[in-house]
Amino acid sequence: MPGVRVRIQEADFDVGAELHALQGQRTDIGAVASFVGCVRGHTREDDVSALTLEHYPGMTERAIEAMIVEAEARFGVQQALVIHRVGRLLPGQHIVLVAVATSHRRDAFQACEFLMDYLKTHAPFWKKETTPQGERWVDARVADDEALARWGLASANAVHAGDAQGDAP
Amino acid sequence: MRLHLKYFASLREALGEGGPVDWSPSGDASAAALRAWLRAQSPAHAQALAPGRAVRVAVDQSLADESALLRDGAEVAFFPPVTGG
Repeated sequence: MPGVRVRIQEADFDVGAELHALQGQRTDIGAVASFVGCVRGHTREDDVSALTLEHYPGMTERAIEAMIVEAEARFGVQQALVIHRVGRLLPGQHIVLVAVATSHRRDAFQACEFLMDYLKTHAPFWKKETTPQGERWVDARVADDEALARWGLASANAVHAGDAQGDAP
Repeated sequence: MRLHLKYFASLREALGEGGPVDWSPSGDASAAALRAWLRAQSPAHAQALAPGRAVRVAVDQSLADESALLRDGAEVAFFPPVTGG
C-alpha cells in the first residue's frame, strides 16, 4: 500500500497519471471510479472570477484519511486517493480529485460519492469567491448535509446556530 | 490552563490566526465556556463568536461538540461551516 493517499496542494494534478498510478500493477482491481470537481465561473447571483481556498493544515489530512478508512470498511476500497487544491483558483480549473479502486463497479461508484459527500461537510476547507461585487465567503449548503445523511451519517455543518434567534446573515 | 487557539476563514480575518492563551475557567472547561470567555476579550471577538453565529469547533484537530471538555495544552480551533470540495 502506498503511504500518502491524501494530498493538499496548490499545484494542479494530472487525472490520467493519478488513475494510472492508483491501479499500479495490481490485477485484483476491477473498477476505478473518480470524481473531479472544477471551479464554476458563475453562481446563481454573480459571475465568479476566482475562488480562493483555505484549509486547516494537519486536521484536513487527518479528517480525509479517516474518511478513507471508513470507505474501506463500507465498500471494500482497495486503493484510494484524494487530492484537494488550495490557494487561488480560476474558473475551469480543477479543485478536487477523488479516486477509488475496488473489485466491482457499484462499490467504486458508491465509495467515490460517499467520500465526496463526507468531504464536503467534514473536511476543513473554506472557499471565498471573487465577484464583481467583491469577495465573499461561500455559505455551506443544507443539501450537502442531506447528501451525507443518505449514508446514515448525521451532519449539521450548514445548520445555523442563530436561525432560531433570527440572527442569520 | 494553556490553550493554543486557531481561527480560520472569516474568523481568521476578524480575529487573526490565534495563538497561545492562558485561561482559568470558572466552571466546566468546555469549548462553549471558552467561546463565551473569548467573547469578552474585544468587540471583534464578541461579534465574531456571538451566540447566534454558526461557529464550529475542533479540539486537537478533530471536530468536537461545544460541550467537549478541554485539557491543558489542547489545540482549539474555531471556524465557520466548511465549504470544500
